[in-house]
Amino acid sequence: MIGFLHQTLSGLATGAIYAAVALALVMVYRATHHLNFAQGEMATFSTYIALSLIQAGAPYWVAFVLTALFSFVLGFALERLLLRRFAEAPGLTAVGVSIGLLLIFNALSGWLFGFTVKQFPSPFESGGVVLGGLVSAHEIGMVGVTLIVLLAVYAFFRFTPLGLAMRAAAANPASSRLVGIRVGRMLALGWGLAAVLGSIAGMMVAPVVFLDPNMMFGILLYAFAGALLGGIDNPAGAVIGGFAVGVIENLGGAYLVGTELKLTLALIIIAAVLVLRPAGLFGRIVVARV
Amino acid sequence: MWTRRTLLATATAASLAPLGRARAAAMPGVTATSIKIGNTNPHSGPASSYGAIANAEVAFFKMVNDQGGIGGRMIDFITLDDAYSPPKTVEQTRKLVEQEGVAFLFNSLGTPTQTAVRAYLNSRKVPQLFISTGADKWADPEHFPWTMGWQPSYRTEATIYAKYIQHEKPSGRIGVLYQNDDFGKDYLLGLKDGFGAAYDRMVIKEVSYETTDPTIDSQVVTLQSSGADVLVTAATPKWAAQTIRKAAELNWKPLHFMSNVSVSVGSVLKPAGLENAAGLITGAYLKDATDKRWDNDPGMQQWRQFMAKYMPGADLTDGNHVFGYGVSVTLMQVLKQCGDDLSRANIMKQAASLDNEEVPTLLPGIRVSTSATNFHPIRAMQLQRWTGSTWDLFGDVITA
Repeated sequence: MIGFLHQTLSGLATGAIYAAVALALVMVYRATHHLNFAQGEMATFSTYIALSLIQAGAPYWVAFVLTALFSFVLGFALERLLLRRFAEAPGLTAVGVSIGLLLIFNALSGWLFGFTVKQFPSPFESGGVVLGGLVSAHEIGMVGVTLIVLLAVYAFFRFTPLGLAMRAAAANPASSRLVGIRVGRMLALGWGLAAVLGSIAGMMVAPVVFLDPNMMFGILLYAFAGALLGGIDNPAGAVIGGFAVGVIENLGGAYLVGTELKLTLALIIIAAVLVLRPAGLFGRIVVARV
Repeated sequence: MWTRRTLLATATAASLAPLGRARAAAMPGVTATSIKIGNTNPHSGPASSYGAIANAEVAFFKMVNDQGGIGGRMIDFITLDDAYSPPKTVEQTRKLVEQEGVAFLFNSLGTPTQTAVRAYLNSRKVPQLFISTGADKWADPEHFPWTMGWQPSYRTEATIYAKYIQHEKPSGRIGVLYQNDDFGKDYLLGLKDGFGAAYDRMVIKEVSYETTDPTIDSQVVTLQSSGADVLVTAATPKWAAQTIRKAAELNWKPLHFMSNVSVSVGSVLKPAGLENAAGLITGAYLKDATDKRWDNDPGMQQWRQFMAKYMPGADLTDGNHVFGYGVSVTLMQVLKQCGDDLSRANIMKQAASLDNEEVPTLLPGIRVSTSATNFHPIRAMQLQRWTGSTWDLFGDVITA
């Protein structure tokens, strides 16, 4: 029984990692209706920036805020300078460009910061054993941060005029432009904010999985799974999806199918959900008139 | 019908007949004054820290040449960058064999990379000598008589752990955490070799992980819940560090054996927490350049003199330099035994006839031995324990 509790809690902790990255994916999807495959590698790159700042002597939270700002500028600039040029191109082009960015950022991280596994500090270290060693202080802090970010994203889209404008720009660019929304700027803003969410996820994840240029490679797979399970256009759904994937994976691996097939099990469940509910568990079904 | 190819072959065979002229033709890469040796290594890319090995070898052969070469021949050592990428390894290896015309390949690095060229080199009968990988499959003289490793294989290492456990903790309940690939599975095989019929009784839980798994928390929890009090971890550095830390977080203190690819202080123990790793055990076969006990050791003094003269400014704490020196000394013994017959067949034959050779950078009591059926040059290790600040050798040398 205690083993079961352990597996569930450790699944929730891992799920928080997936949820944090899934949120960034949702952000970019809501703003542009595209998926950004480079989200994970951009987040890793930002995390290296944070580590460099901390090593240069900046206090943790100062480095945290500076990194978030840097990531915003990076995401914003990428959209304005690069992705803008492919705005009229077919959807597949956007996928190709984002995979290209994935490779570029991965190589850049390795080239600039080396391939050695590095430790990343946690702001939540207590030193002591929490809950009898069931979860670490950092994992609790990470779940907290993920939930705060989720609330912020939800409130942003739901209650602010800017959030409304961004949703409008993504849903119907032509009409949005007619009512005076600067659609191009909204898209860039979406990329910038997604990069911020990614960098926060990176800084939360790195103390758990350690920082190396391929840190996000596996995580991104699971985050996609979580986001699709919950609904790619629904922040709350993506977070629940992320947690669900973490727990399913742990319990399935420990009690049902063994560790070799735990990812397969999670993916089968997701495929089943998508067959029955293509928009995900919490996604809205979009009906488009053609 | 005579095709051009058969004609050529006949012509070659004919020219081989008179012994005097045959020498040059039968000894590719060798002239009266030189011998050409090839090598591929990751001088760039994610594994580029291993490039230090090839750098040490370049310096070593320069030293040999300064001292008059081997049997009057100068060594022409060519190391090419494959960036640890198998397709590049194939390209560079073919270049070395077909364009440079090397006599043989020496100490090329990497399991996936060397796997990619093993069939090619064996079909062309080019020695793939003392390659830098711990996989056990290189010792297969029946199917791949032109391939041989050098360091103790992962399987040998695991067998040594099993022997120690059987001796020191015969009632231990063993859990194994392994990477789900050839590397991790070699450890399972080695434990089976070591425990024999007792394996099923001793090993109570085997748990695997994939390199795509972001964390291995779940696996560590499973192992702890199984009631294991001995843990053998066959993991690469990132997951090794996670395992050490998670066990500490769970306040679980098994007798912990760690694969010796993942015991670097900088890339494993520091991230995991130096204190968390206290008590960790691993196998060693090389002398550690940072260990004070070797300060007055003649073998290591010889190595230090070499480093000072031929690699000034290089990092003296980097074990890759110690490794490169040791494997080069072994090659010198092979070439010495070859005498004037530096044909590929004789080089391979002599590599498989090493008799208890001493190597200055190997731990005392660990010797290099091979035979026509034993392609495992090093089959012994000594255990060492992490005290929280240093690795401390203990017990006798254990032979698998």
